[in-house]
Amino acid sequence: MSSVRVLVGTKKGAFILSSDGKRKKWDVSGPHFAGWEVYHLAGSPKDPNRLMASQTSGWFGQVIQRSDDAGRTWEAVDNKFEYVGEPGMHQWYDGTQRPWEFTRVWHLEPTPDDPDTWWAGIQDAALFKTTDGGKSWTEFTGLRTHPSGPKWQPGAGGMCLHTILLDPKHKDRMYVAISAAGAFRSDDGAQTWKPINRGLKSQGELPDPNVEVGFCVHKIAQHPSQPDVLYMQKHWDVMRSDDAGENWHEVSGNLPVDFGFTIDVHAHEPKTVFVVPIKSDSEHFPLDGKLSVYRSKSGGDEWQAMTKGLPQADCYVNVLRDAMAVDTLDDCGVYFGTTGGQVYASSDGGETWEAIVRDLPGVLSVEVQTLK
Amino acid sequence: MIRVSLPFHLRNLAHVAGEVELEVAPPITQRRVLDALEARFPQLVNTIRDRRTQERRAFLRFFACNEDLSHDSPDAPLPEAVAEGREPYMVVGAMAGGST
Repeated sequence: MSSVRVLVGTKKGAFILSSDGKRKKWDVSGPHFAGWEVYHLAGSPKDPNRLMASQTSGWFGQVIQRSDDAGRTWEAVDNKFEYVGEPGMHQWYDGTQRPWEFTRVWHLEPTPDDPDTWWAGIQDAALFKTTDGGKSWTEFTGLRTHPSGPKWQPGAGGMCLHTILLDPKHKDRMYVAISAAGAFRSDDGAQTWKPINRGLKSQGELPDPNVEVGFCVHKIAQHPSQPDVLYMQKHWDVMRSDDAGENWHEVSGNLPVDFGFTIDVHAHEPKTVFVVPIKSDSEHFPLDGKLSVYRSKSGGDEWQAMTKGLPQADCYVNVLRDAMAVDTLDDCGVYFGTTGGQVYASSDGGETWEAIVRDLPGVLSVEVQTLK
Repeated sequence: MIRVSLPFHLRNLAHVAGEVELEVAPPITQRRVLDALEARFPQLVNTIRDRRTQERRAFLRFFACNEDLSHDSPDAPLPEAVAEGREPYMVVGAMAGGST
């Protein structure tokens, strides 16, 4: 019988939530790495027992942990993320130039066919890869050294590379997103990169409508059956591209507010998209204290609030960019975590929700493994 | 034998319960003790000192014999009591409650 494992990174450790395919009863293990921030943990599609976690601390720096037994035991692997050559300069908040400096690993992306090969997105933004299960990490410099690099700037959370999408149909194509630089695509296995931000607008911060980079992209998602269609939650605006990022158009439509952090796509319906609107860039909580997932079944523009089971009064949590995921069971499960420590799940494609765990530390990331 | 006391999170990372005992060839300095510590527990590399600059992480302190050695030269000899194993060399998390 199928089962589901939800991997939750929080401000004070990692938690692993397990259930059978009915998704009614959940076992919670953790905290793993108690007291440390776990920005992200994920599992290999090829070997679901292989997990990798980004464990980080203002006191002790970065640790990468690996498990080969689905999180029962962990081994610290290499934490050396050194920029190759001169780090170069990027724009600071005040417009001055500042050298690239490593802070933490934001995102770990497994490859589909090799449990030893993973990508890592770091702050300050750069892309690293391991091919030996985390024993060593190598930077792919084509991204950081892109000529637009000196114009990249940090968002409020730092200049982080937070999204890595591997195109399932085009072997050498991948996408990354950086706050606040924008989205980038590589068609040659991460050797060279192209900014793909045409159509994005941020008039308040970027008065030049034709600017190449500088956008605060919060998250990008795609469906494996239509990898050229990309959905983006930008700082403000929900956007869609139908041509692998060459052009973007806004699909915020009837959303009550189009600010937000996370976005994801239904496992079986490539045009069904989920977002969690947040009141504004100044007030990071739901509108009117009502936590609402909005679902579009038409690839955006037409959105419906999915609130059954979610708190509809006095709720002032946030849902961060990497804190939503879907499972691939027949009735697609949708999961998201909040900064208030709840993980909500829907086992019917967003129709109804329930908290499968409450009172965890603030949730930084949610990933799902569907085990068959 | 040199005794090293680690803060809670680094003991967990190193999978040790109490103090760590290390063989360190003289002269006994902070650098040589930390080099030996990192050689024995590679997972501690970059958690106490910056891997590249070898500088102490900002929120850690080094104590021994009721003295704060954090700003001493890493190549200065440690107190005799540490070199003789009568007192531990202490890696201490700085007092900083954090915001979470």
